[in-house]
Amino acid sequence: MTTKLFGEPVRRREDARLIIGKGRYLDDIGTTATLAAAFVRSPHAHARIVDIDAEAALDVEGIVAIYTYEDLTGALAEPLPVLIPHPQLTAPRTGYPLANGEVNHVGEPIVMVVATDRYIAEDACDRILVTYEELPVVVGVDAAREAAHAVHEEIPDNVAARHHQETGDVEPALAASKNTLSFTQYIERSACTPMEGKGVHARWDADDSSLRVYTSTQASTSVRAAIAAKLDLSLDKVEVIAPDVGGGFGVKIVHPWPEELLVPMAAIALGTEVKWAEDRREHFISSAHERQQKQEITVGYDDEGRITALDVHIWHDNGAYTPYGIIVPIVTATQLVGPYVIPTYRVIVESVYTNTVIVTPYRGAGRPQGCYAMERTLDRIADVLDLDRAVVRERNLIQPDQFPYDQHLTFQDGRPVIYDSGDYPGLMVKLKDLVGWSEASRLRDDAAARGKLLGIGMALYVEGTGPGPYEGGHVQVLGSGKVLVSTGLTSQGQGHETSFAQIVASELGVPIEDIEVTTGDTRRFPYAVGTFASRAAVMSGNAIALAARGVKEKALRIAADVLEVDPGDLEIDEGLVQVKGTPGASIPLRTVAVLSNPLRYAFDEAAKQATQFATTSSDDKPPVAEGDAPGLEHRDYYSPIRSTFASGAHAAIVEIDQTTWEIDVVKYAVVHDCGNVVNPMIVEGQVHGGVAQGVGGALYERMAYDSDGQLQNASFMDFLMPYASEVPDVVIDHQETPSPLNPLGIKGAGEAGVIPGTAAIASAIEDAVGRRIASMPISPTELYDLVRDDTSEKTATALRRVGTGASK
Amino acid sequence: MKPAPFRYADPGTLDEALEVLSAEGEGAKVLAGGQSLLPLLSMRLAAPATLVDINRVPGLDTVEATGDGVRVGALVRHAHLLHDAAAARIQPLLARATANVAHPAIRNRGTTVGSIAHADPSGEMTSVLALTDGSVSVATPGGVETIAWRDFFVGPLETSIHGPAVVTSAYFPALPARSGTAFSEVARRKGDYAVCGAGVVVTLDEDRRVAAVRAAYISVGLTPEVHDLTDAVAGQPAEKADWAAAGSLARTLVDPDTDIHASADYRRLLVGVLTERTLASAAAEAVGGME
Repeated sequence: MTTKLFGEPVRRREDARLIIGKGRYLDDIGTTATLAAAFVRSPHAHARIVDIDAEAALDVEGIVAIYTYEDLTGALAEPLPVLIPHPQLTAPRTGYPLANGEVNHVGEPIVMVVATDRYIAEDACDRILVTYEELPVVVGVDAAREAAHAVHEEIPDNVAARHHQETGDVEPALAASKNTLSFTQYIERSACTPMEGKGVHARWDADDSSLRVYTSTQASTSVRAAIAAKLDLSLDKVEVIAPDVGGGFGVKIVHPWPEELLVPMAAIALGTEVKWAEDRREHFISSAHERQQKQEITVGYDDEGRITALDVHIWHDNGAYTPYGIIVPIVTATQLVGPYVIPTYRVIVESVYTNTVIVTPYRGAGRPQGCYAMERTLDRIADVLDLDRAVVRERNLIQPDQFPYDQHLTFQDGRPVIYDSGDYPGLMVKLKDLVGWSEASRLRDDAAARGKLLGIGMALYVEGTGPGPYEGGHVQVLGSGKVLVSTGLTSQGQGHETSFAQIVASELGVPIEDIEVTTGDTRRFPYAVGTFASRAAVMSGNAIALAARGVKEKALRIAADVLEVDPGDLEIDEGLVQVKGTPGASIPLRTVAVLSNPLRYAFDEAAKQATQFATTSSDDKPPVAEGDAPGLEHRDYYSPIRSTFASGAHAAIVEIDQTTWEIDVVKYAVVHDCGNVVNPMIVEGQVHGGVAQGVGGALYERMAYDSDGQLQNASFMDFLMPYASEVPDVVIDHQETPSPLNPLGIKGAGEAGVIPGTAAIASAIEDAVGRRIASMPISPTELYDLVRDDTSEKTATALRRVGTGASK
Repeated sequence: MKPAPFRYADPGTLDEALEVLSAEGEGAKVLAGGQSLLPLLSMRLAAPATLVDINRVPGLDTVEATGDGVRVGALVRHAHLLHDAAAARIQPLLARATANVAHPAIRNRGTTVGSIAHADPSGEMTSVLALTDGSVSVATPGGVETIAWRDFFVGPLETSIHGPAVVTSAYFPALPARSGTAFSEVARRKGDYAVCGAGVVVTLDEDRRVAAVRAAYISVGLTPEVHDLTDAVAGQPAEKADWAAAGSLARTLVDPDTDIHASADYRRLLVGVLTERTLASAAAEAVGGME
């Protein structure tokens, strides 16, 4: 056993608990006495509510309460917050906790029913008669842009925001470019689809006038603040806890969800426990989706394939409301440029309303779309110039001696996009080797002999991770030797209990078995931002490291007193403070913890050591020195100057059956650089999960809305989240370029795996079939339509292959 | 996603089950494996007044394989049939098709007869019943009757039985002599309902020439259909018959629908491809059996 665990592939400590059913998820909380909430949700995509008749529901035995908008008071009757305001978000709109006269997407909550159990609550919902006046429906970016109808009457062009950034004057730069090309492409909606949906449990203590809320969230501290504000409670009377959370992927960073306010409201009104556990259909139609964009791209480039100017105009479908502001458009706009030198860049993202579920960050959060735009641009340049796609990329890469590299853009945290460190040519070298880029021609011939079309594609990305404003960490050593660690941000299965414990074990010199990590519990740590943007390891990891260093400093000071040595001569290893190079001259850290808290009362054997007649402290100094505090604990915060930029490169090899047009990803290679790695096993797991979602987004998943705004595949039967059987084996190579911005030199790793999937797989399919792939995802039935359509665009590469007979 | 209220009965005998079904009338529904019915209940797409759970009824959980065919009881799980070697010898399509039914967890609970009684044209076993020219036994208060597959499947999720009845077994006739079978599907994800599936039987004459070709398809059409493709390849030597011609013929005989997973044209393409593939394999098996 060692305490130097930073960088080691330590097995995830939480897994045993989670795998054998000892996890405590939202729906595990409560008793048979807990009341259950269920919702009447809009069956229409756009309608006025004419009347709500709940009379028949009152007859249902077990019904406790029914709430409509009319029952909401004070701040609760106002629209839900626009969480992240932005000057370019000129027409923000949010819904109400319960619909106020109008619904703008199927699934919008209208009535909340509380009953003795969920079955009865749903029975009552079935009996509530809502009369609607249907309104014209807007589905998809093209319809939103045409604006024949408006989602919100007072926003006739359906435009919520026009996000605009530029690094120079793009039109003259394009005019001066040796070559230009323009194209349009689409990317469809998918969604986070965590295994556990959302859920809220609220308990009101009337005698104490206090509220405890459990919610399956990625941001418990901010949910707490929102509940206090909306329900007019003092912050100190509200505690919010994220229990075990069965996946988030972004959807649970949005808050407060209507249910996070309404369930506590009911608990207070009814003076009892109330719970709502979202079901799968609810999750599909009333949570959040992401990714639909139409992208119009013009690029200028020289004869060697170097980009001289890039002009991008994107229409981004933000769904019915904009509670999360324009974060996704900003991330697309700023991360699109990737690891490349773009001398002049202009991007406009028009964020438009549609009568569909809201669009908020889903793992990648706009980056997959940006990567798709940039990487497919490079593919087209290579195609036109008859250059190797890898060569075109290499010629445009930012070089290692150019860091820090300023892209002259403003990121989602309001800070400049300045790449802190990286080695992008290094990624390319590793990727080509890992996937066998130079072997593609031979592989294509081998596959052809088996009647298969083989193609290869690659895509690179840079990912801004670990944005501020801050996170904190608290580390406390108890007299038992146990080390309590807490941070305010939440966990959804990423392995925080393990990686944070590794950091503390390494910093403090204690066995990992002695360390207990708590996340997302406002009782333990009330200041936090949340888990999103690949920020937990960067933000809380560094905060916890700083807290551990504070504890160590104090421990050495106390031990130095006892051992009568200089603190600089001490070290901590295996939980023992010892004089360097002098075996036996030591004191256990747990004893230091006891001594750190001068006592009058000895409640156990260990405590005796710290009582007033047991110690030999100086009579002329107070037991607790001025400026000091009892206890061996420290709280610290990490607040970065700006985000740190991770990077990576993916390549996919696909084989396509020429008779059924089934697409098989036969190899998927990842080179990943997230700076110093806390736990390579956890990072690889994050990459695997991301790739699975990337493959899903490229080949399987879409939100199949019909023109009436009805989601036709709102179940796991028809929404094709890939099974393990659909996800290829992933080969991974690491590159570690430490971040100079934070003490641990780490960059985020949570989202990376998903980012380049759509771009790389589109490129590989295009390479295989020789037809332009300009709309993703793509299914076998769509590929069949594409290849049998004589008018669909053939790539120049494909025409050259036919022309020369060479299998280039 | 919680079912509407329903009464629950778990009779211990078939007679008792029929009594409950008679007493409850139209609102009663038989529960066996529950792999289709319970999701329908949870989504409130079905709301029967009473569920009559037949899992305690004795004698319905056996597979009887004789030289003439295989009788599968109403409580036989897909997994049981999948691993029944005797049944597979008599009618190889049973194991071949059940291997394509969903995933192990569903095969462990779901019943073959239940999926036939559910009459989903996306189900594998409905088509196998048709392809083998099988029948079902239906117990009613008036006695047990045998209904041929053609008279049983009326429409999607609809059969010809009305009133109190329990489908007690399905009967799959044995594979004819000098015959081979094959079964293949294309699904978006492994274990999903097929975008298109095909089951075929090829029968040869004594000179190893093609005598008869029958095919049935999954997720194509509203009810199971059996197509005779013999004309395309009749009399051709089994080793080098023009199976592509049979595939082409099949494409002209089917009338698939478009849904969010596949266009009608794509399904028609797959009908041709799967027909060609399965026929070649089935013919090879028939030849092998004659050696």
